[in-house]
Amino acid sequence: MFGWTGVLLRVNLTNGSIKKEALNKRDADLYLGGRGLGTKIFTDEVDPNVEPFSPENKLIFMTGPLAGTMATCPGRYEVITKAPLTGTIGASNSGGHFGPELKFAGYDGIIFEGKAEKPVYLYINDDEVTLKSAEHLWGKTVFETTDELLIETSEDARVACIGPAGENLVRFAGVMNDKHRAAGRSGLGAVMGSKNLKAVVARGTKSLQVAAPEEFLQACLDARGKMKANPVTGAGLAAYGTEILVNILNQSGALPTKNWEESSFEHANETGGETLADKYLVRNKGCFGCSIGCGRVTRIPDGKFKSSGEGPEYEAGWSLGADCGVKDLAAICKASFICNEMGFDPITMGSTIACAMEMYDKGILTREELGRDLAFGDAEAIVEFTKMTALREGFGDKMAEGSFRMASMYGHPELSMSVKKQEMPAYDGRGLQGMGLQYATTNRGGCHVRGYMTAPEILGIPQKLDPLVTTDKAMWVKIFQDLTAVVDSVGICLFTTFAIGLPEISSMLRTAVGWDCSDEEILKIGERIWNLEKLFNLKAGFTKADDTLPDRLLKEQVKKGPAKGKVAELGVMLPEYYALRGWDAEGVPTEEKLKELSI
Amino acid sequence: MSKILMISPEKCLGCRSCEIICSFNKTNEFDPKHAAVTVLAYEEAAIAVPMMCMQCENPSCMKVCPVGAIEFKNTGAVVLNDDKCIGCKMCISACPLGNIIYNAKERKMVKCDLCGGEPKCASICPSEAIQYKEATSTNLNKKKIIAEKFKEVFGEVAE
Repeated sequence: MFGWTGVLLRVNLTNGSIKKEALNKRDADLYLGGRGLGTKIFTDEVDPNVEPFSPENKLIFMTGPLAGTMATCPGRYEVITKAPLTGTIGASNSGGHFGPELKFAGYDGIIFEGKAEKPVYLYINDDEVTLKSAEHLWGKTVFETTDELLIETSEDARVACIGPAGENLVRFAGVMNDKHRAAGRSGLGAVMGSKNLKAVVARGTKSLQVAAPEEFLQACLDARGKMKANPVTGAGLAAYGTEILVNILNQSGALPTKNWEESSFEHANETGGETLADKYLVRNKGCFGCSIGCGRVTRIPDGKFKSSGEGPEYEAGWSLGADCGVKDLAAICKASFICNEMGFDPITMGSTIACAMEMYDKGILTREELGRDLAFGDAEAIVEFTKMTALREGFGDKMAEGSFRMASMYGHPELSMSVKKQEMPAYDGRGLQGMGLQYATTNRGGCHVRGYMTAPEILGIPQKLDPLVTTDKAMWVKIFQDLTAVVDSVGICLFTTFAIGLPEISSMLRTAVGWDCSDEEILKIGERIWNLEKLFNLKAGFTKADDTLPDRLLKEQVKKGPAKGKVAELGVMLPEYYALRGWDAEGVPTEEKLKELSI
Repeated sequence: MSKILMISPEKCLGCRSCEIICSFNKTNEFDPKHAAVTVLAYEEAAIAVPMMCMQCENPSCMKVCPVGAIEFKNTGAVVLNDDKCIGCKMCISACPLGNIIYNAKERKMVKCDLCGGEPKCASICPSEAIQYKEATSTNLNKKKIIAEKFKEVFGEVAE
């Protein structure tokens, strides 16, 4: 097989059986790999009403046909399961070197079933695949676990694991790989923890083949050339990382601040990528085959937040920074490092602290309840509560449920800035109307990378759209959602799409797997994936009422800046979006649409 | 003058694009474990070092080869001729830098040959951690850095 390895691993944790299965080529042709193929297998095999932490839930790791090749940024894999934070289909994507290594070992993906009686890890050494005891690793951090496993197995291996947050079923724990990379959102690491699966270690020495080597090489070199020439992928992200967006969003008046009460932060620059590069950046780092290098190796050399690690990237820097009103970049870095070390999502962490800060501000949460004061801007608090949440200590036990459940415990769910219980990231849906529609309709709840409307609305890629109007936004959101589904499924990084689009991705894909099809047919695969995810959510009980935004975005006007006076005009865009998708007025895909998509 | 491969580990992203394209160029497959270049990453020190044959002027591999399969080319490369090679693997033992490896699948030695004068690793490297250029004094980065410090300290202000 070209592109794919053609083999899947099926691991039953309850009885310890490990089977190798042939990849279903028809499914691969219809759903590619990664997010698409993983979702196809998951939805075929699992009841949508399964309880996320039950043994009946499955956990799938899946790479794509371009992962491990010399396509643009081909280091990705996806983790798919029913998400404990949202109850929706959960799919989260990660870079680093783990995904390609899994392919070099000879596998496109792994399906985990059941639940181990005691902690275990899976060691894949080419053809040899074994479950081993992880009792000695339980309770250890991501970094400790990774280091110990590399000594125990092979120093050339790659490790994906959970930290204490995953073990403690923190509802936004991630699956961490190569120490600092994360399939971070929606709590997939907690599902791994619920299965007593501490880690997956992969070591591979095999090779990957493509259908048309010469044409593939040319397609990859063309795409890489465009990446190099593009100011975002060729220069900006390398110089300042994703944190470069802090000042850009702030100037657009769309940097959510103090739990979205405000939309710009007076101390934005102190927390931005330029300041990070100036004060704490040690070196850039790239994932497998990356030509961007947005990864930040950072060090806080002294002071009370002295530490080192990787990041923060933009969302983490924002959630722990502007959203909490915190301007101390050293504290933001430290809290972000803790998220990696303990293995959980900094977007939800920071947003949950921000929500608690507003609740404290409004007198809903007291000093007694929290164990300390929690005013906006408290740098020490973000570090302290991040640690406590990972271990579910004190009030951290409530924060570990995410902002929606935490605020609901006190009767104030409206103070959670989330969609389908997942916190929205760092772009205000009032100042970016398209992003607002994207948040409301994303199949995994509040999310920026299922569409990335920031590209046209802020950066002018592929063309500049007025972020404040609703015109044509439904159409753009649909196209971007479908395109990102393709990107997440072939195994390349979403950031490539700052420089390349459907034609380049399609050229690489066609020559890799040996297809003769149009770009439009490939985009159709993205639409198929989107609809399959939507169907799962509908069967899990989600309705049109869940395709919404917090009242703050729908009713409270932006107070100042370029978006002054705006609310998210979801009511205008949503019906248009459903119609464009070929869904009925309730947001249900029509029979006709499903037939057209061969679902 | 002839060009040489120069490595600058301080610029390396650890992305291994060089391994990917090297293996593809040699075997038409993606097989980084059998590339002639290897990136060694040191997590704690936050550095990654690309390693490949440096084309010795007095190569041990050439001296030890019993059948004369290793030859100089006018590109400056020390090239292993697969047609003459009997696969004894003595060159692997002889290389003091560990830069010749064995591809068991293809049953042959793997050694950098500078891609006939246009090394693919240097052309794909996104951060100029591997460069292929004339080994002149002005290209030797360290010399330049020291010289620029002198310029900063003793230079006249131009404005």
